[in-house]
Amino acid sequence: MTTTTEDIRGLARRIRAHSLRMTHSARSSHIGGALSMADLLAALYGRVLRVDAGRPNWPERDRFVLSKGHACASLYATLAETGFIPVETLSTFYTDGTTLAGHVTTGAAGVEVSTGSLGHGLPLACGMALALARDESPSRVFALLSDGECDEGSTWEAALFGGHHQLTNLIAIIDYNKIQSLGHVADVMALEPFGAKWSAFGWAVAEIDGHDIDAIVRTLETVPLEQHKPTCVIAHTVKGRGVSFMEGLLTYHYKPPSDDELARALDELEGR
Amino acid sequence: MRTAFIKALTHVAASDPRITLVVGDLGYSVIEEFARRFPRQFVNAGVAEQNMTGLAAGMALAGRRVFTYSIGNFPTLRCLEQVRNDVCYHGAAVTIVTVGGGFAYGALGASHHATEDIAIMRTLPRMTVVAPGDPVEAGHATYALAEAGGPAYLRLGKAGEPVVHDGPIAFEIGRAITVRGGSDLTLITTGGMLHNVVRARDALATTHRVQARVLSMHSIKPIDREAILAAASETGAIVTVEEHSVIGGLGGAVSEVLAESGVGIPFRRIGIPSAFDTVVGSQEYLRGRHGLTVEGLVPAIEGLLLGARR
Repeated sequence: MTTTTEDIRGLARRIRAHSLRMTHSARSSHIGGALSMADLLAALYGRVLRVDAGRPNWPERDRFVLSKGHACASLYATLAETGFIPVETLSTFYTDGTTLAGHVTTGAAGVEVSTGSLGHGLPLACGMALALARDESPSRVFALLSDGECDEGSTWEAALFGGHHQLTNLIAIIDYNKIQSLGHVADVMALEPFGAKWSAFGWAVAEIDGHDIDAIVRTLETVPLEQHKPTCVIAHTVKGRGVSFMEGLLTYHYKPPSDDELARALDELEGR
Repeated sequence: MRTAFIKALTHVAASDPRITLVVGDLGYSVIEEFARRFPRQFVNAGVAEQNMTGLAAGMALAGRRVFTYSIGNFPTLRCLEQVRNDVCYHGAAVTIVTVGGGFAYGALGASHHATEDIAIMRTLPRMTVVAPGDPVEAGHATYALAEAGGPAYLRLGKAGEPVVHDGPIAFEIGRAITVRGGSDLTLITTGGMLHNVVRARDALATTHRVQARVLSMHSIKPIDREAILAAASETGAIVTVEEHSVIGGLGGAVSEVLAESGVGIPFRRIGIPSAFDTVVGSQEYLRGRHGLTVEGLVPAIEGLLLGARR
């Protein structure tokens, strides 16, 4: 298991590189959101989650639910880098007959749930957390959400439920990259005061820099942040993070990297 | 039917800790004893059907066998995408239970008329669809679905439906029950219409000397092809009767079997046209408006037979 901050940074770089190659060869969308959550995934799979690639269905494993299923390139990359799926399968992303669907799907080992339509992940995670807690399992459930899917009523139905049932084994992480499908979150459907909303729904809230590995690890290793409350980690991130010319741009919610952009992005990641 | 359901579920839950009942803040005077006896196997998800269905799937993925419970359209249509993606796509052990099939909540208005649910649920991959004909079938269906795990849809009436089966029945998902024998034609029905259909059948036997076979097609998916094709060849005419839209429900499922089998026989679907009622009333009143009472069924069946003889 990866342990040091530098190891996790290295994992994050490899996740980003795979994601860029995958979306480039697939000509697929959503590289921006795949990059914004790469550091969160690296910290989770490199350090925080109690999972075992050799036993993906180990009953006492932590569950990870990717609710922003469209950004799955970087989750598949993470699962490949951590031994759940062969690295070679990443090149099948989007191709005929692949099980690596363009929205995260349980066809890949280590994927707990299939998502794609937004607002499904937190209800699923609530159900897992409730059943696991009642069965006195040590497992925790981590759900990674996009900011855009906090427009969905179902997300808030689940937020009410998690707070009411005091699901201390449930952790919602929001990849708050501030850009959704048609524009800036603040312009499309403002979420602020965002932390106060979760807090009002009965959650313990932490706001962190979602690219600061130490901050991510420190926060996620101390959950639950408060007794008798689920945890909401609002991770402030940058869409397209790690590739300077993609950062903060709506374009890369849609546009796959061109040949030239891929080469430049990989150079940049590898510090060339 | 809901009494038979909760009685059976309570019985199963006592010996199987996986059985979990998740209600959408409905079930007053029905679910209290279950909730009291099995607090770790009961959840009130509040008035939030999307979350209820997603969390039911999540609980199932963590090892539970979940029954969600609410009125007609709420745990089905309101959260259809959660039913499709979270329950069916994951093959999750979730049975969606509704009360108020058809016009059981007749006076409450169209919001509470469950009249397209069978058609919609039956199109979903992996979904089993069961609509018991009376409380006896409802009890059996509950045991069978608890055993099978789901994804499934169990469509119940409400309370106080008459018991049609006066003796023991052989209940198996996917197998129709022959409630009356006969060779002049076959009446195939599903759900709470069974009682009216049996009464209409007996009236036809007395007044018209017509001996109709009656099949309770409690499983609409999988449907009993064998029983339909046997009815076609042995009785020569089929009428389907359902308290549901004529589009895509029992009549639709039976006609698919008949059309693909190549047998050409007199056939008629009796049910609700694709329209909303502009007035409301009791269940029997609304059934009557659509020819679903004995008074409506007898002449419709007679008409089909006369037409067939011409």
